Amino acid sequence: MTDIAWIELALTAARPQALGALLRYFRDLDTAEEAFQEACLRAIRTWPDKGPPRDPTAWLIFVGRNSGIDAVRKRSRNDPLPEEEAFSDLSDAETDIADRLDNSNYRDDILRLMFICCHPDLPATQQIALALRIVSGLSVAQIARAFLVGDSAMEQRITRAKARVAKAGVPFETPGAAERSERLGIVSAMIYLVFNEGYSAGITNPDSAAFCDEAIRLGRLLLRIFPGEPEIMGLLALLLLQHSRAGTRIDAQGQIVLLEDQDRSRWDRKLINEALALLDKAIRHRRPGPYQVQAAISALHARAATPKDTDWQEITMLYGLLEHIQPSPVVTLNKAVAVSKLEGPEAALAMIAPLAEKLDGYFYFHGVKGGLMLQAGQKNEARQAFDRAIALANSPAECAHIRMQIDKLGAVTPPAV
Amino acid sequence: MLYAILCYAHEETVFAWSKEEEDAVMAKLIEVQTPYAQAGKLGPVGRLMPTTAATTVRKGREEPLVLDGPFAETKEVLLGFYTLEAETLEEAVAFSKKLSAVNPGSSSYEIRPFYVFHPGEMKHSETKT
Repeated sequence: MTDIAWIELALTAARPQALGALLRYFRDLDTAEEAFQEACLRAIRTWPDKGPPRDPTAWLIFVGRNSGIDAVRKRSRNDPLPEEEAFSDLSDAETDIADRLDNSNYRDDILRLMFICCHPDLPATQQIALALRIVSGLSVAQIARAFLVGDSAMEQRITRAKARVAKAGVPFETPGAAERSERLGIVSAMIYLVFNEGYSAGITNPDSAAFCDEAIRLGRLLLRIFPGEPEIMGLLALLLLQHSRAGTRIDAQGQIVLLEDQDRSRWDRKLINEALALLDKAIRHRRPGPYQVQAAISALHARAATPKDTDWQEITMLYGLLEHIQPSPVVTLNKAVAVSKLEGPEAALAMIAPLAEKLDGYFYFHGVKGGLMLQAGQKNEARQAFDRAIALANSPAECAHIRMQIDKLGAVTPPAV
Repeated sequence: MLYAILCYAHEETVFAWSKEEEDAVMAKLIEVQTPYAQAGKLGPVGRLMPTTAATTVRKGREEPLVLDGPFAETKEVLLGFYTLEAETLEEAVAFSKKLSAVNPGSSSYEIRPFYVFHPGEMKHSETKT
């Protein structure tokens, strides 16, 4: 790694805390971003010669704040501040002061920075784009490639989203306990959205697959500042477990490989072990929530050496718990799949029959239904369900996967001559 | 003398490495370790998971407290450790310098002599990464 590559990594790592502090200070996202940008430029100019400061984040906040004040003063035609040399060479004493000033607030600074990206008026894709731009510091071009749009279109989209956030008014007062916990829930959902975008679009577009790593970084960051929150442990564990299968869920031809057909020896044990450690920690709190339960289900798959070792009994129980804390027809559908492993396809088909109306527009529902019917020997009905699934498929890979199922139908029932 | 060599670094930066950057650094670190391992001087080497996976047990007033997170909230955290049998401190310093040279993430290696409290008989099935 070169010096510059290393400095860039350090700047990316410092970004959420430094930008969060600058946002609190200037109360304006554009000014804060410009100030941070300026501090980064100075870091690239001065760090290679002088060596990185002991605390890069405090340095960036200090330098950013001065350059931001400078910019604001210039705009109001006042005297400029001294040259950068005056403050690029911070003594430890100054760093400590900057440090103390900001450490008291840094948790809420980072949370606020994440939270403003989750404005309820912003559609999911804009929340994702804004979080990746503002919190993660991805370039507009990187984000544009992931969403398969041009740079200028993405630039416009982000500018519009920012304007909307600014108009809504950023909440600057330190949140109370209830409000902080509400923000945590909303930010967790945003991180999950970022991951899912990478997970689903990443099948065909490697640029969006990088979102999964970004989501995991954001999850670790959130847990680092709120280390005692079991639902954040659950969220991070869930992301790590899903990501541990990234290398095996698509084959060389770009086809979807189902969980039961994946090469388990190629699952990333490092990610799995970290997830299991997090889940153990979360369970000690005895405050189950949807992310913890989903992670626990995913962990049971990770723990099974072969598909037939899967503890479907426990998985069915956990889906039951999830139905209880977060009822949704999709959860019931997943529970039905687990039940089919224990009691056969007929029992599962009976469970999903009442969901038909609510999930009629959902690809996965028809795919599962077709699969269960295929197992139950109801070939004509299965074909109908698969046809419906193909019509609703979200990607060519999903389409191809259902076609394979239809081919299986063909193989068992040769066409009548 | 037996030395524990403790690697400290800024966690955020190290966990911002891409897979390729990480693999490149690990390959170089293994290159440094191999001759020491072949000479029978290198004991277990551990890489610590992120501090978010850590739990701390601290002496409480009555019962010990179990807390989420690392022991102390510091900028630099312990990321991994080596155990080395070296003739002299110089040898341990030289080894650490080689590690440091190929690891852009490390900001310091603490060299701390230790004695064997228990040799251990851990089975390594779960611990390989």
